[in-house]
Amino acid sequence: MNAIESLKYFIPELVLLGGAFVALTLDFFLKQKKLVGEFALLVIVVALCLAKAPEKPLPLFFGFFHLDALAHFFRYLALAAVGITILISLGYTPLKKRYEGEFYSLFLFMAFALILVAAANNLLMIFLAIEFISLLSYLLVGFLKNDPKSKEAAIKYLLFGSVCSGVMLYGMSLLYGAAGSIELSVIGDTLFFAPFKPLAITAALFFFVGLGFKISMAPFHMWAPDVYEGAPTPVTAFLTVAPKALGFAVLTRVLDSVFWNSQSVWSPVLVILSILTMTIGNITAVSQSNIKRFLAYSSIAQAGYILMGLAVFSILGRGAVLIYLLVYLLTNLGAFTVVLFVGGQTQSDSLDAYAGLSERSPTAAAMLTIFLLSLAGLPPLAGFIGKYYVFAAAIEGKFITLTIFAAINSVIAAYYYFRIIRLMYLTPATGPAFPAPSRSLTVALWALFLGVLALGIFPGFFITRILG
Amino acid sequence: MPILEIAAKFGTYAVMAVILIFALGVVTFRNLFHCALCLAAALIGTAVIYVVLQAEYLAAIQILLYVGAVVTLIIFAIMLTEHLAGKTARQNNSQSLLAIVGLLGFVTLLATLILKTPWPVTPTALQAKNSVMGLGKALMGTYVFPFEVISIILIAALIGTVVIAKKDAPEEPL
Repeated sequence: MNAIESLKYFIPELVLLGGAFVALTLDFFLKQKKLVGEFALLVIVVALCLAKAPEKPLPLFFGFFHLDALAHFFRYLALAAVGITILISLGYTPLKKRYEGEFYSLFLFMAFALILVAAANNLLMIFLAIEFISLLSYLLVGFLKNDPKSKEAAIKYLLFGSVCSGVMLYGMSLLYGAAGSIELSVIGDTLFFAPFKPLAITAALFFFVGLGFKISMAPFHMWAPDVYEGAPTPVTAFLTVAPKALGFAVLTRVLDSVFWNSQSVWSPVLVILSILTMTIGNITAVSQSNIKRFLAYSSIAQAGYILMGLAVFSILGRGAVLIYLLVYLLTNLGAFTVVLFVGGQTQSDSLDAYAGLSERSPTAAAMLTIFLLSLAGLPPLAGFIGKYYVFAAAIEGKFITLTIFAAINSVIAAYYYFRIIRLMYLTPATGPAFPAPSRSLTVALWALFLGVLALGIFPGFFITRILG
Repeated sequence: MPILEIAAKFGTYAVMAVILIFALGVVTFRNLFHCALCLAAALIGTAVIYVVLQAEYLAAIQILLYVGAVVTLIIFAIMLTEHLAGKTARQNNSQSLLAIVGLLGFVTLLATLILKTPWPVTPTALQAKNSVMGLGKALMGTYVFPFEVISIILIAALIGTVVIAKKDAPEEPL
């Protein structure tokens, strides 16, 4: 489809881009920077309303923007993640001293970048979109440049990220050279046969490095804890969910079109990576004393569970990935919203700040408990539905070892999630009660809380919609 | 004719060897300024390879962008940063040996793979237009979307960089 015809299907993205530039302009005139944030939220909501599901896959802009059901699902996911992040940033005080207006408009660019990733169907767009997200992430991580930790995190992220991008690009160039095309489907058809197989496997592994970095898959997860700890809390909340979810979107597409023919090779690789990721994440999470680091390791472990759905190479597995990502998005953003609130009150992200939280702020403690239980995968919360689906997919594919490892890991995870719950309810409080959270935080908290409950109690409603 | 061909081949390999030597210089010299100069030389060498492969436009862009802009920027940054110019820095650490061993393994693997693969040379690939006009048409036609996306990436990155580099916003008057 040529560029002019494509435009009418591209309206939500145009709204996002236009909104980003208008937000930058508004920043000149408005003294009250919060209004820029509210405008950005409005843009996200408008884009959400305008996004329509395509009836059949549309190869927009000569196939460079591949709008299909998968892209549409991730479009919603991306907009929701960015919207909630902007909402919780509205009350984030450290931002007041920096350029708050630019912060919100960068997030609108980020929403655009995330949608590009979801709709990327060839090597060129995958690389461009992933780099777009990475560049914006480095900038957002270092946004509070007077905070040494934030600076350190940004530099580390930049260095790790550039190396991984370089390796990925090299793999892509080998794939392109051998297949003579940047289209994923052509690459899948040409390669993985006799003379090209060794080269294709090596090149695909390089490609994997870049994607693995984005989803913080072991052994490319080293950057995650430091970056998540140092970044401004709303950015951390965002980074643990959105780029990761979109990394999985690309991975799903690549596995579908390139690796499906040679799944006997890739399935064991993915199983091993999945086990490695969840085990490393969970075991290291046990000994953490900073809540942001703790959630960082827990999010590495969660990526391991999501990989299970991809490792089994089945329709059920793919559906499980989508469901898990939605569940994980709501739950993890929820947990970080509470972290943001407590961090704002106590100026500390250490676990000690959570001692006796049930006395200091009963609502926050109750909410965090629900989110942590959902992360642990307990019924009747959303996390249970996600876990149920990935386990079902693994058992259906007869991946018994993988299932056993995942079960053991879930037990370890439950232990450390409960440790925090115990800390909040059974240790005496060390300070006075907190004032009620700000209006934007309250809205975000309740929306996420209700989302987690609704997904857990009426899963059928959401699942039929996701799986079509 | 054969003598010319042999000479061309020999020349190309010589250029490649020079590029490698300069590239080694980038990662071994202790003076940052010398490293930057080596980088420029290595990039010019790459441009020469492009000319040999009949991609003149790419060669021109390579010199204009990398040597003309990027390396100049690096040299400016080194000269303007007080405590960087004239200082020497060690470029190796205790893990260098391990890294070199890993690297050698990696290079061997890649070299075997590249030599073993029968790279497809199709007639369409040989006739591909790499003229300026062909590139311009492609960028404004089929490739218009990635082209525009790159400009958005650049502007977003620029805005972000300026924000990071700027001083704190002044306190708002009450």
